[in-house]
Amino acid sequence: MAGIYIHIPFCKKACHYCNFHFSTSLKSIDAVVQSIKTEISKQSSYLKEPVTTIYFGGGTPSILNTSLLESILAKLESHFSLATEEITLECNPDDITFEKLAEWNRLGINRLSIGVQSFHEHHLTWMNRSHNAEQSINSIKWAQKAGFENLTIDLIFGFAGLSKTELKENLRVVQKYAIPHLSVYGMTIEPKTALGHQTKTGQYLPLPEAEANAQMLMIMEELDRQGYEQYEISNYAMPKKRALHNSNYWQGATYLGLGPGAHSFNGTSRHWNIANNQKYIKLIQQGQPVYEVEQLSTIDRYNEYVMIRLRTIEGINLDQIENLFPAYFNYFIQNIRPFIGKHVQKTESSYRLTQKGKFITDLITSAVFKVNRESD
Amino acid sequence: MHPMKNIRNFCVIAHIDHGKSTLSDRLLEMTSTISAREMQNQALDDMDLERERGITIKSHAIQIKYAHSDGETYTLNLIDTPGHVDFSYEVSRSIAACEGALLLVDASQGIQAQTISNLYLAIEHDLEIIPILNKVDMESAMIEDVSDQIVDLIGCDPEEILQASGKTGQGVQEILDAIVLRIPAPQGDPQAPLQALIFDSMFNPFRGVIAYFRIFNGTINTGDRVRFVNAGKEYEANEIGILKMKEEPCKSLGTGNVGYIITGIKESKEIKVGDTITHAERPCSKSIKGFEDVKPMVFAGIFPIDNEDYEDLRDSLEKLQLNDASLVFEPETSAALGFGFRCGFLGMLHLEIIQERLSREFDQEVITTIPNVSYYAHTTAGENFMIHTPNDLPDVSALNYVEEPYIEAQIITKPEYIGTIMNLCLDKRGVLTKQHYLTQDRVELTFDLPLAEIVFDFYDKLKSISRGYASFDYAPTEYRRSQLVKLDIKLNGESVDALSALVHKDKAYAFGRRICSRLKTLLPRQQFVIAIQAAVGAKIIARETISALRKDVTAKCYGGDISRKRKLLEKQKKGKKKMRQIGSVEVPQKAFLEVLKLE
Repeated sequence: MAGIYIHIPFCKKACHYCNFHFSTSLKSIDAVVQSIKTEISKQSSYLKEPVTTIYFGGGTPSILNTSLLESILAKLESHFSLATEEITLECNPDDITFEKLAEWNRLGINRLSIGVQSFHEHHLTWMNRSHNAEQSINSIKWAQKAGFENLTIDLIFGFAGLSKTELKENLRVVQKYAIPHLSVYGMTIEPKTALGHQTKTGQYLPLPEAEANAQMLMIMEELDRQGYEQYEISNYAMPKKRALHNSNYWQGATYLGLGPGAHSFNGTSRHWNIANNQKYIKLIQQGQPVYEVEQLSTIDRYNEYVMIRLRTIEGINLDQIENLFPAYFNYFIQNIRPFIGKHVQKTESSYRLTQKGKFITDLITSAVFKVNRESD
Repeated sequence: MHPMKNIRNFCVIAHIDHGKSTLSDRLLEMTSTISAREMQNQALDDMDLERERGITIKSHAIQIKYAHSDGETYTLNLIDTPGHVDFSYEVSRSIAACEGALLLVDASQGIQAQTISNLYLAIEHDLEIIPILNKVDMESAMIEDVSDQIVDLIGCDPEEILQASGKTGQGVQEILDAIVLRIPAPQGDPQAPLQALIFDSMFNPFRGVIAYFRIFNGTINTGDRVRFVNAGKEYEANEIGILKMKEEPCKSLGTGNVGYIITGIKESKEIKVGDTITHAERPCSKSIKGFEDVKPMVFAGIFPIDNEDYEDLRDSLEKLQLNDASLVFEPETSAALGFGFRCGFLGMLHLEIIQERLSREFDQEVITTIPNVSYYAHTTAGENFMIHTPNDLPDVSALNYVEEPYIEAQIITKPEYIGTIMNLCLDKRGVLTKQHYLTQDRVELTFDLPLAEIVFDFYDKLKSISRGYASFDYAPTEYRRSQLVKLDIKLNGESVDALSALVHKDKAYAFGRRICSRLKTLLPRQQFVIAIQAAVGAKIIARETISALRKDVTAKCYGGDISRKRKLLEKQKKGKKKMRQIGSVEVPQKAFLEVLKLE
C-alpha cells in the first residue's frame, strides 16, 4: 500500500485565501509536466510497495489537457508497480465539461475532487474563484451523469459573509445531490495572501471564533443527520466512500510526491520538492536533486502519529503507541489524561476526540507532544 | 580559663542597612580577630544571600580578644542577631545570652520599628545599652535629631551616645572601650550544676549540628555527658570550643563564656534554640526560662516547575532544613500543580529566603502558592484542630467556626504618612491601639491586625505608600474567632486548588474580583473561551472572561501538511513550557507567582 501524489502548480486565477504553491502563468505547463515525467523515472525505486492510489492535486490539475495527463499516467505505469484502486483528480467546476469527463473516465480516473467552496455567487466572487455558482452545481450534476460515483467537493466555512442560512443552504445542496464525500475546511487567514493582506489592513474583519465554532457545530450536526461519518476532522464520507489516498496518509503509509512543492514520505524520512516552477524545471534538467530531506527522529514520528491519528475517527491506538513508541507510552497516558471525559473519549484500546474535543484538536495534540527538554 | 570578670557578652541591635555588619567587621579588624586578607566584606554573613540582601539570617557568634588600656585582656563575645521580624524568637534568645547591647542607629535614617522592638527586648532582659550613631561621616547625617530620638527612647544622657562610622573606622576604639567599661561582666556560680543556653545552631555537612551556647552556671568539658533539657535527650560533648573566625576546640569552658558544642546530632530539629544544656550526672534544677518551640506562622505550597523534579525538591528542602530548623514541610498533592510540599515558614521573608535559597543553592525553580496562616477550625461535632491549607477546611455544614491569629504590629513613620498608613491598616482589618510620637518627626503606630492580612502584599504596599519612610515589626498575640470563608478560583468550572484562599467574608468580593482580573491579564488567550470565576461555596462572586484565540483546527492535514503542522504545534508547545494544565486551560507558571502581586 503506497500512494503517489502529483502536484500541478497552475491556476487560472489566484484565490484570495490560498497559500498553496501555484502559478497563474500557464506558459510553463508543458515544461513542468516534462520535468515531472523525468522525476518519475528518477524516483522509480522510492516506493517499496505496490501503488494503490494516485492523486493529482494542485493548483488545478483539471487545467491539464488530456494528453498531458495521459502521458504522466503512462510514465507512472512504466516505472512503478501499480495496483491502483483509486485515481483522484482535483478539478475546478469551470474546467468540467462532458467531453473532459469522458476522457478522464477513459484514463482510469475514478474519483473527482471538485473545488466548489460555496454555492453562493457572492462568496465565490469574494474569494476570487474562477467559477460561478451555476458552474458549481452543473459540475456536480454532469460528473454524476458521466458516471463519477466517487465524488467529493470542498466547502469552506467560518468566513465573514457566510451567514448561517447560507451555510444551511450549502448543506442542503449537498444533500440534494447525495454527494458521497465532502472536505469541509475552516477559512484560514494565511500571511502573504490577498486575504491576509486585507486582514492586516483592516479591510477584512475575520468572523469571530464563537461564530466560526457555531458554524462548525452546525456542519457536524447536519452532516451527521444526513448520514455522513466525520472520519477525519475535515472529512466526511458516506459509508465506504472514504478517500483512500488521504486515508493512507493518516495510516502512516508511504507516498511519493512529484512536481514542484510536493512532499514524500518513506517511513523514516520526509522530503519536499522545491516550490518554484522555474527552479524545479532547471534542477531536473541539470540532473540535480530537487528536494530537501528531513530524517524523522522517534520523537518526530511519535508527534506525527498523535497529531494525525487524533484527527481521525479511529483515534490514537494504545497498542500502537505501546509498540511503536514504548518510551513515550507513560508520557502519553499522563498528558492525555486531563482531556478524558469532556474532550477525549477513552475506550479500551483507543483515545478519540469527542465532539467538544474536535474544537480544540490542536491544543490536545500539543499537550501530548513530546519536545526535547534541551531545546525547550 | 578566662576569669569571669574579663568576659563581656554583647549583641548589636540595628535595623537592616544601618551598618551592623560593616561595624562588626571593624571590631574584628581592629582587634586583629580577623586579618584584612581574610576579610571579606561583612564577614559575619557567610551566605551569599545574606551578603546580598544585607540581612543576617542566621545569627553567629565570635570571640574577640581585646587588650584594654587598663592592661588587662578582655574576652568580648559578639553575638550576632538576625535582623528581621520573622526571626524575633531567635533574636530574643540571642539577647538573653548577653549582658549588653550596642544600639546602632543610622544617623541619616533615624530609629526604625525593628530597632525599637529589639531594643525593648534588650531592655526587658536588663541589658546595658550602648547607643551608637553610625554613618556619621555621611552628608545626610542628622546627628542632633537622631541623638534626640535616642535620648527620648532610652532616657540616656546625650553624652553617652557614641559616634561612629563603620566605613572610616571612626569611633571603633571608643566602642571597644565602652563595651569593657559599661557592660557588666557575667555573673553566675562556677560551682553550680551546668546551665547553658542554646542561642543558635548551624549545620555543618561534615560534623553535624553545631550548637552555640552561653554558660550561666557551672563548667562544661569535652567528653561530658550532657542533657538537652527541653528536648529531653542526652549526648556526649564530642567537642566543645570557642568561636573565632573558625571553631577552636578547647577542653573546658567556664561560667559566663560563650562557645559551641558538637554532639554528632545530624538533624537540626533535635537542637532547639532556647533549650538548656546541663550535665546528665548532675543536672540543674530548672531550665533557662523563655524557651519556646517555634511554630511556623505562614504556610504555602511549594511545587517543582517540572513534576520530574519532585524528588530533587525533597532533597533540597531536607538539606535546607538541616541548617534551618524553623522550616517545616510535608508532601502535598495539588490537582493543579502535581506533587509538591506544604511548607511552614516563620514569616513572609523567611518564605522568600527559602525560595531564593532553593534557586541559588540548589538550582530549583519552584511555584509557590498563595500563602496562608494557620487557623483553628472548630467543628459542629466539637472537635478543634489546626489547619495549614485552605483545602483542609472542613465543609461548611460541619464547620462551627474558625479562629485566626492576630498580631501586634508596630509601624514607625513620619507624621505625614499617618493618614495613608491608617487607611492601609484599617483596610487590612486593623485597629489602631496606640499612637506615640518618638520625636516631632517620628511617630510609632501600634495596630491590632490579623496576621493573614500582612501575608498578602502588605510590606510592598506599606513601602510604596510611605515612600520607604515606614518600618514595620510585629509579634503574634492570640487566636480569635473570625468570619472566614473559603474562596475558590475556577477556570472553566475547574477549581484551581493552588489558588484557593481563606479570606474574611467582608473581603471575599474584593479579593475574588482582584484575583480574577489579575488572572485575566496573566493567562494567555487560548483556543477557546476561558471563564475565570471566584466562588464562595456554590456562589460565584466574581467573573472574568478571556476570549478565544482564533485557531484553525480545521486546516488541511494531508501529505504535504504534516511536517509543517507538526513543527507549528511543536513550536506552540515549546512556547507553552512552564504552563500548567488546569482541566483544559493552560496556566503559565508566572500566573501562580504573580497573581498576588501589586498591579
